[in-house]
Amino acid sequence: MTNLWHRLEPLLPQVSKPARYIGGEHGMQTPVHGPGIVSWLLTYPDTYEIGLPNQGLQILYEILNERPDAAAERAYAPWVDLEAQMRAEGLPLFSVDTHRPAALFDVIAFNLSAELTYTNVLNCIDLAGVPVHSRLRHEADPLIGAGGHCTYNPEPLADFVDFVVLGDGEEAVGDITEVLRDWKTSGRAGGRSGVLRALARVPGVYVPSMYEPVYDRGRLAAMEPRHPDVPAVVEKRTVADLAEWPYPKRQLVPLTEVVHDRLNVEVFRGCTRGCRFCQAGMITRPVRERPAEQVRTMVSEGLRRTGYDEVALTSLSTADFSGIEQVVASTVDDSGCGQVSVSLPSLRVDAFTVGIAAQIQRARRTGLTFAPEAGSWRMRQVINKLITEDDLYAAVESAYSQGWRRMKLYFLTGLPTETDEDTLGIAELARNCVALGRGHVRSPSVTVSVGGFVPKPFTPFQWFGQNTTVELRRKIGLLRDGVRRARGVQLKWHDAAASLAEGLASRGDRRLGGVIEHVWRHGGTFQEWSEHFDLQRWQAAADACGIDIDSWVHRHRTFDEVLPWDHLSAGLHKDFLWQDWRDALDEVGLEDCRWTPCYDCGACTGYGVEHVVASAVPPAGGSQGTGVDLSRGAEIPVRLLERPLVGAAR
Amino acid sequence: MTGTRIRVRFAKHGKVRFTSHRDVARIWERSLRRAAVPVVYSAGFSPRPKIAFGLALPTGYSSDAEYLDAEVDPAWAAGIDNERLVGALTASLPTGMTTLAAAEIASGEPSLQHAVTSCTWRIDAAGADATEASEAVSRAMDAGELLVQRERKGRLTIDDIRPAVHAVEVQANITDGVRLIAELATQPRAVRPAELLASLRPPPGGRAAGERFVPVPPSLLRACRLHQWITTDAGERREPLAVSELGERREPPAVSEASVVGAGVGP
Repeated sequence: MTNLWHRLEPLLPQVSKPARYIGGEHGMQTPVHGPGIVSWLLTYPDTYEIGLPNQGLQILYEILNERPDAAAERAYAPWVDLEAQMRAEGLPLFSVDTHRPAALFDVIAFNLSAELTYTNVLNCIDLAGVPVHSRLRHEADPLIGAGGHCTYNPEPLADFVDFVVLGDGEEAVGDITEVLRDWKTSGRAGGRSGVLRALARVPGVYVPSMYEPVYDRGRLAAMEPRHPDVPAVVEKRTVADLAEWPYPKRQLVPLTEVVHDRLNVEVFRGCTRGCRFCQAGMITRPVRERPAEQVRTMVSEGLRRTGYDEVALTSLSTADFSGIEQVVASTVDDSGCGQVSVSLPSLRVDAFTVGIAAQIQRARRTGLTFAPEAGSWRMRQVINKLITEDDLYAAVESAYSQGWRRMKLYFLTGLPTETDEDTLGIAELARNCVALGRGHVRSPSVTVSVGGFVPKPFTPFQWFGQNTTVELRRKIGLLRDGVRRARGVQLKWHDAAASLAEGLASRGDRRLGGVIEHVWRHGGTFQEWSEHFDLQRWQAAADACGIDIDSWVHRHRTFDEVLPWDHLSAGLHKDFLWQDWRDALDEVGLEDCRWTPCYDCGACTGYGVEHVVASAVPPAGGSQGTGVDLSRGAEIPVRLLERPLVGAAR
Repeated sequence: MTGTRIRVRFAKHGKVRFTSHRDVARIWERSLRRAAVPVVYSAGFSPRPKIAFGLALPTGYSSDAEYLDAEVDPAWAAGIDNERLVGALTASLPTGMTTLAAAEIASGEPSLQHAVTSCTWRIDAAGADATEASEAVSRAMDAGELLVQRERKGRLTIDDIRPAVHAVEVQANITDGVRLIAELATQPRAVRPAELLASLRPPPGGRAAGERFVPVPPSLLRACRLHQWITTDAGERREPLAVSELGERREPPAVSEASVVGAGVGP
């Protein structure tokens, strides 16, 4: 039975939002399966609405389906109501493309974008009818793979996944397909362990079962390869030139509502602003811009093909893209596309100008979000988000002057060295922004969104002991008091309890697998959803596994401590990260290396790749991370042959 | 800009019938853009394409008689061939949605929401007995009132739907149940096929009083809207856009109806 639709169909009238299980999107593919073809089930371990827009998954979907030796379909975690029905009826996890049972695929590959989806990964494996423990799987079972940002510490899932891909997947999925194709055509020579051994030799592929953790007095002491041909350190994969990968070419257009429901065009990958809390910026170096002409082509063809009337130019900091104003202008001017609005989902305030504001509001004003991240200049030097208050006010004023009445500001709390003064600075910034707005529009408003900081692997803050939930809640309480009488300021915050579970999974070692399994077996799925999250369940699981949450989450690490991801590499030298951590504690900022001399973090030099940027100078406006007013010239003075002391420059 | 109004009739069958009324609106906006139909946008802070949809089809039901009115660029409309437009629209729609007819309508033509007075439904009640069903329908049509419990804005009400049930015909021609062809009024409030079935009672002395004669929950019945009707002031009945009048050949549903089992009761 290779099509489960006739069994699924009678269940759909009884569940919420049944359209998320029917497939049929514009751009969907229905690939042919066969003996010489490696079949991939690309699975997002959260709901369809969250997972469908994921660009990484869509890119690999197209690249694999273009190969004659591969077939790729998609699956998403069924919501709890359908899951209950599926379990009652014995219906397994299925692809939405051809409603093929998950267990018939050669590979079930998960996108790991958030730690709190880990219990859903186990649930999806189980719903597929595959043993959740990799050691219990048989030769005929699919291989369970994973990719995405969380795989830079895959140890919490090490017992459940067969292989993990570090870094860009565009080339790696082809290499893996070839290994699996040869293995299948050889009659599965060497069995399951044989193919895993072969996969461990593919650059960028980590096979957890090929490594033995060694513990010393309750602490991880080493991760030792079990075989001589297994690399001692697995290096990430990096695509050198984004221009060679103009994907997705046929972005999926869903039939029902999803998040980020618009055309998404990635304008560059990587970021070297060097924000110390930001894992994405650290692990995706160097900066690789897509040529502006290719961006324009992807936008205009994408709009025509999909029928969308909104396009997002995506990256970690889109205002840094060389020539961003011209690209936005040409997008809005392309009369063949009708009324098109442009959104720039990730904006640095020091690179946001009246020019950009004027361009993006010509068709329809999209939401505007800025991320100052911290409330004081001191705190922003610690985290290396080197934007001044003037940068923020200039950006906010640009937006208000162009007619925006509301905007969102993102902040973190629980940062290293944070004082109550720093925290309360958030409220003051928000009040001042609203006051600026009163000069331009009626009843301006600012929504302040505050998240509890969770330290991530391969960042300078990986050694930092996370704030306790009590401390995070106290700080949020301070802020609530701080904005209570501030008209026009709305405060939103993330649940501190969820930050604790996220912190546990973020830096845990292999022993955390027991906790994740325990939470899952006690009904803890969809942990990203506040209505399903319960910290009690995590605490009970940690107790059952003998894990001291305090020591795993809140303890500061030392330089000599073995970290659970030390046998993996994002290219960054550990001593570079450590020096950056010391600089953070000294309140010393570090400028963007895309336009200034190299600090030898290791990401370029280690892999023989370089920044790909069209402009030798940063975009106009603001201070560009220097703390100096650059609004006239747009050129950072290259005076920095040694480690710059931005703090001292002020 | 005031555009030329065109009315489109379309069908919805197969997997895509699990999309909601709002989903269908979004699907049409994008399909019209993919087909390069120059729909007129509203003015104001957040311009929207001027497309008006008729009565909502409950999620899970299929249909041969869905409608929309769109305002398009008059210069473009003057040069368009209806038959080619029908083909172009179907090509840009997802599998399961088919354009059946398209034609310009007068600018003064009342909106679909206001004009449509009743719908003809094909309702398949799996597991029902034909004789029992015929008796239940006869009794219902002879009854002075047909009371059903409804929820309106979170409050339960008891409504008499008898005046809204214009006709019900029982056909015993499906393998595992009974097929009803029913004409149900849409005003002042549309009667849903599930509500009609809920109002039909088993014969006296048969099963327990109050029990539905259909032994399946209403969420499991399948229904297809066959027609929407406009009753003119002269008392005549016409369709907002008749397929036959325009000489369009109706395409068979893209997905076989034989596989269709379930249908929801809607939002």
